[in-house]
Amino acid sequence: MSTEGRITRSFAALKAEGRAALITFITAGDPDAATSLALLRGLPAAGADLIEIGMPFTDPMADGPAIQAASLRALAAGMTLAGTLALVREFRAGDADTPLILMGYFNPIYRYGVARFLVDAKTAGVDGLIVVDLPPEEDQELCLPALAAGISFIRLATPTTDDARLPAVLRHTSGFVYYVSITGITGTAAASDQAISDAVTRLRRHTSLPVAVGFGITSPDRAAAVATVADAAVVGSAIVSRIANGLDDRGHAPAGLVESVLEFVRELADAVHGARR
Amino acid sequence: MTQLNTYRGGPDEQGHFGIYGGRYVAETLMPLILNVEKAYAAAKDDPEFQKDFRYHMTYYVGRPSALYYAKRLTEELGGAKIYFKREELNHTGAHKINNCIGQILLARRMGKTRIIAETGAGQHGVATATVCALFNLPCTIYMGEVDIERQKPNVFRMRLLGAEVKPVTSGSRTLKDAMNEALRDWVSNVSDTYYLIGTVAGPHPYPMIVRDFQAVIGEETREQMMAAEGRLPDSLIACIGGGSNAMGLFYPFLDDPSVSLVGVEAAGLGLSTTKHAASMAGGAPGVLHGNRTYLLQDPDGQILEGHSISAGLDYPGVGPEHSWLHDLGRVRYESATDAEALEAFKLCSRTEGILPALEPAHALAYIIRAAGALPADHLMVLGLSGRGDKDIFTVADALGTTI
Repeated sequence: MSTEGRITRSFAALKAEGRAALITFITAGDPDAATSLALLRGLPAAGADLIEIGMPFTDPMADGPAIQAASLRALAAGMTLAGTLALVREFRAGDADTPLILMGYFNPIYRYGVARFLVDAKTAGVDGLIVVDLPPEEDQELCLPALAAGISFIRLATPTTDDARLPAVLRHTSGFVYYVSITGITGTAAASDQAISDAVTRLRRHTSLPVAVGFGITSPDRAAAVATVADAAVVGSAIVSRIANGLDDRGHAPAGLVESVLEFVRELADAVHGARR
Repeated sequence: MTQLNTYRGGPDEQGHFGIYGGRYVAETLMPLILNVEKAYAAAKDDPEFQKDFRYHMTYYVGRPSALYYAKRLTEELGGAKIYFKREELNHTGAHKINNCIGQILLARRMGKTRIIAETGAGQHGVATATVCALFNLPCTIYMGEVDIERQKPNVFRMRLLGAEVKPVTSGSRTLKDAMNEALRDWVSNVSDTYYLIGTVAGPHPYPMIVRDFQAVIGEETREQMMAAEGRLPDSLIACIGGGSNAMGLFYPFLDDPSVSLVGVEAAGLGLSTTKHAASMAGGAPGVLHGNRTYLLQDPDGQILEGHSISAGLDYPGVGPEHSWLHDLGRVRYESATDAEALEAFKLCSRTEGILPALEPAHALAYIIRAAGALPADHLMVLGLSGRGDKDIFTVADALGTTI
């Protein structure tokens, strides 16, 4: 089964059903490996169409407080890149179809070794990569090797990516395009519906790939609004905050945490899937 | 040592020094960085810009800074003839102001109306706040909560100068986190804000820009040594945090093979412990803050905390050009511990009547180790990058004294 296949098949199926995708983000190992595996396993049934798994990093420069804290919780609990790939393998053993995308920063991958990482990621069942600090100017580092290994490289396009630059950003992008709807870090400000709509229209002039929109989508209502214009809504910080708020005094996951997070995902999924397009 | 036709050829068009450097930033920042690069290329070739830079260097910073023969120290150590390149005499008391003058002129040229910066020890923060006061631009300085606690005088200075000092509470609450937070600010304020980076690190073109503005240190040293001794120095010694004062001192001498160059990293409690900030001696290549360089990191690629008695040196990385020069063997990188730096601080104060900052005290500690074995006609220059007034509380604490 080709990995490009899972992402493409997923978007094709959604298109046939006339609905947008919900893409959910959680950080691997937040707050511990067992809980994040339980969350991952529950996400597809709760309505997540694609799953982004954050690779924890000490210095997540593009992330707001919620995802920074999630990274630190995961690292404190001992999560590593090897551990993240192990989570993917365990998830994949029970789910052959849901696309999985690893999202994070380059240094842990660089230290792991790019060639070894791509082999292990592919074997584990990873479909795509989003690496925030690798712009097209550094494509030879990971983007091109990933494409050669059959793993999608999903690029972020932003409000500062003008029409002149957009073709360079899209050139080696595969799977889908991730539009960062604000100039800012994750989980902070929110863009207006009009701004998002204009941006998606602009992107569609340059690419036939599905367009996902993320950053600042905090509620089912916001997710539904995005789903009316984009092919997918990405929700990260809001889900991660649910995890943080549900922890006990010692920072551990109490009974019922997974279910309450998944309940929020169901609300998001209902909103996205019910959006008029 | 690898022989190149020139060691002054970096970076290439993509901002690389060999495998180091580059532009590892989020897409949101990429267009901004390309703009800075374009604006700098134009400014560099503009005689008006250069004239303005030189004017402020002369009349505001007080350049040239003296190249001073440290006679008593030379006698005390009984070997090499030691000179101090006295950057501590600059306005604001350190070399940081050279770069800040250059970049604030660039920011104005670009029409930016708000300045942000990161600071560790506070020297770059003070220098940035100073030029922002001079040019009437609002500025926000990011500083780790831990550093704010140990560098109170500089925090107060920045506030007196009109800067907003924002405590950084994320991560380890020191310089690297201040840099993360400044980058997050820049991503959020793309249209009006200029990020005034304080050292030869960060994404291209910053390592090149900061080096070029600091190269005045080495250019003056060259002329002054020719005037004083009629020949080039034999060795140049400078401390390395991010490495801007060292890069500025070394750069004009990179293609003079007779001049040996030594960078001194902070060995903290010792290189065999986890409490040091020697990214080249104890780290490995990695990617952080927009560039590939030597970093203190664990086997999983997670960034480790640097430790040094000097807040200006405990950055877990180093400028990419240093990493390149290290691999090529053109610059030798040594280290000095907290204890050695303290001894050097005391010796310099007593023999020369100069309180050095704890940062250059590390370079001086190397000189104390090395000078005695060298002949009397060996001309050695210490990059005395800053003055020690800011450090008296730290030094008192380390000596078990209460002020």
